[in-house]
Amino acid sequence: MEISKAEMASAAAVQGEELRGAEILVKTLQAENVKYIWGYPGGAVLHIYDAFYKQDTIEHVLVRHEQAAVHAADGYARATGDVGVALVTSGPGLTNAVTGIATAYMDSIPMVIISGQVPTAAIGLDAFQECDTVGITRPIVKHNFLVKDARDMADVMKKAFHIARSGRPGPVVVDVPKDVSFNKALYTGYPESVEMRSYNPVRKGHGGQIRKALQLLMSAKRPYIYTGGGVLLSEASGELRALVDMLNYPVTNTLMGLGAFPATDRRFLGMLGMHGTLEANNAMQNCDVLLAVGARFDDRVIGNPKHFASVERKIIHIDIDPSSISKRVKVDVPIVGDVKDVLTELMGMIRESGLKPDAAALKGWWDTIEGWRSRDCMKYDRANTTVIKPQMVVETLWNMTKDADAYITSDVGQHQMFAAQYYKFDQPRRWINSGGLGTMGVGIPYAMGIKLAKPESEVYCITGEGSVQMCIQELSTCLQYNTPIKILSLNNRYLGMVRQWQEIEYSGRYSHSYMDALPDFVKLAEAYGHVGMRIERPQDVEGALIEARKLKDRTVFIDFQTDPTENVFPMVQAGKGITEMLLGSEDL
Amino acid sequence: MKHIIAVLIENEAGALSRVVGLFSARGYNIESLTVAPTEDPSLSRMTIQTTGSDDVIEQITKHLNRLIEVVKVVDLTEGAYTERELMLVKVRAVGKEREEMKRMADIFRGRVIDVTDKSYTIELTGDSSKNDAFLEAIDRSAILETVRTGACGIGRGERVLRV
Repeated sequence: MEISKAEMASAAAVQGEELRGAEILVKTLQAENVKYIWGYPGGAVLHIYDAFYKQDTIEHVLVRHEQAAVHAADGYARATGDVGVALVTSGPGLTNAVTGIATAYMDSIPMVIISGQVPTAAIGLDAFQECDTVGITRPIVKHNFLVKDARDMADVMKKAFHIARSGRPGPVVVDVPKDVSFNKALYTGYPESVEMRSYNPVRKGHGGQIRKALQLLMSAKRPYIYTGGGVLLSEASGELRALVDMLNYPVTNTLMGLGAFPATDRRFLGMLGMHGTLEANNAMQNCDVLLAVGARFDDRVIGNPKHFASVERKIIHIDIDPSSISKRVKVDVPIVGDVKDVLTELMGMIRESGLKPDAAALKGWWDTIEGWRSRDCMKYDRANTTVIKPQMVVETLWNMTKDADAYITSDVGQHQMFAAQYYKFDQPRRWINSGGLGTMGVGIPYAMGIKLAKPESEVYCITGEGSVQMCIQELSTCLQYNTPIKILSLNNRYLGMVRQWQEIEYSGRYSHSYMDALPDFVKLAEAYGHVGMRIERPQDVEGALIEARKLKDRTVFIDFQTDPTENVFPMVQAGKGITEMLLGSEDL
Repeated sequence: MKHIIAVLIENEAGALSRVVGLFSARGYNIESLTVAPTEDPSLSRMTIQTTGSDDVIEQITKHLNRLIEVVKVVDLTEGAYTERELMLVKVRAVGKEREEMKRMADIFRGRVIDVTDKSYTIELTGDSSKNDAFLEAIDRSAILETVRTGACGIGRGERVLRV
């Protein structure tokens, strides 16, 4: 009997091919269209690295510390919306990655982190470079897997990507023992779909609830729209803008939500919360109907919950995660669903209903808001010619790049707040920072990840001399992979936010917030093969930024010597209500 | 207030630790927890006895549901339900105590399942308060050892928890 070549080929396709676990892993990543993976090799992942060596569709970026591998993949995910992928070895490789994983978890970023594990037979025997990866990461992941058999690899990877990106996104860890990556199994192709009886996140909101929301929204006298990172995760900025165009209601964004609504639009009241604007916080407290969208009433947003609850207002809350609803603040109309779907349906219902906002009431509300806005809570000493005000650096950068569609990352501290306050984000996914966990050190790796995703875009890392030293080793990675980023360090020789709290809450007892023996950052940048600049006078700020921008193909580190005593205002002190704000040093 | 929460969860390694980890990470109470596979060996059924305000219980059920391996969650105390707990108590039983202890076990519908010349081991099932009552009723100094399974609960009548 004769069998044609075509028949044989199709039989082989059905039967699949015998591959090592590591090879299957790489094939699943290719099937997921993964372009970059950030990682660091080690004993337990050698088979996987060998499989990477034999392929050329995925570029592996060798970082200098596993924490940065996860941050870089996280930054990539934040800028693109795709799942970020990192690869680390067992034991210390994984424990170094923990900060990165927790950072992504707190901000609901879709990621798959692959970790090596000691061979199955050695698990539990305190083997070299062994740690309980599943146990250690359990509280900081959306889910995690230990792959026990090479035959399970494709299914587990399919589930991992599915879980990471669906519902409320989050990081998923896949722990792969060394024998599992070595053993062969039949690979019949990447599963097309995934069935999990225990995991079926909703997308569509409940029609009846959306109708209730519509009634409340249209009857509001003092409406307010408060939106968070969920709008970005759901790619719903367009819908949010359309809704605001329809209603003309005031809008605020959380730190994680900046860019969802254009910051230069008059209807935007600025960021709210601990360092929010006076008008954003006052509107939050004094509105009669609050539409919360993909935001979670975080403690940095609502301040003292008792103070927040001390006034009457109706709250509508749209969120894909039921556990975010009525967690810190009781809401009146909960809507569980994907923000994009729910907003679309809500707008459809508004159109259908023919209802219009109460124009007279809305005008009065806007007048009140303009009154607050006229206080100009974001003013600072712009005219200062002797010392660089950190706000001025950010403002200058914004003026220079506002039409350039730049990406801005930050670390954590005062510079982060200045960046959020003074850079006007008009587009989603351009402001990349660690809002939930507040991880110092993310700035450079985030920028690195984004630059690979958006090679044509300008990427700036606004940082401080404290934070930047937490992942400074990645300057080396920037050189190796040619990711020219611009690092703007607002160097005030203090751990500025700590110093600010110590000034205000601890009578100026500056316990260990002063950084002595700082490196010469110019020489440091040069040692890593980059361009370094040190800028000390306000009049040189603009020139330095212009020069840095011209050096398109180089990573530039600008060490701005800023006012060491500058504080972030407005400020809501811990335990205070969100309208009990300090607007400047005169309020101290 | 006391709540009894029933959970159907994938019978996979580490699933129990996700539930227990959730309770400790978020500061919720666990009074007791029982777990065993169901008639479908791919599923485990858990009964968690906990206390908390309505807000806390709402968060507990939401967070349990959020765990990827959890298939279904029901707060049994929201409707009619029955609960049972198995308790084994080893008591000193010497001289005239032997008669008294046997009588108490009978009153509480307990069974003596092990006997020596100095002790009885008594098996009791009931809701937790009945088992508490037994321990209150007998001479405390006679108790040598107690072991309880924790509550397991099931809805009454038409209330059925299954996939």
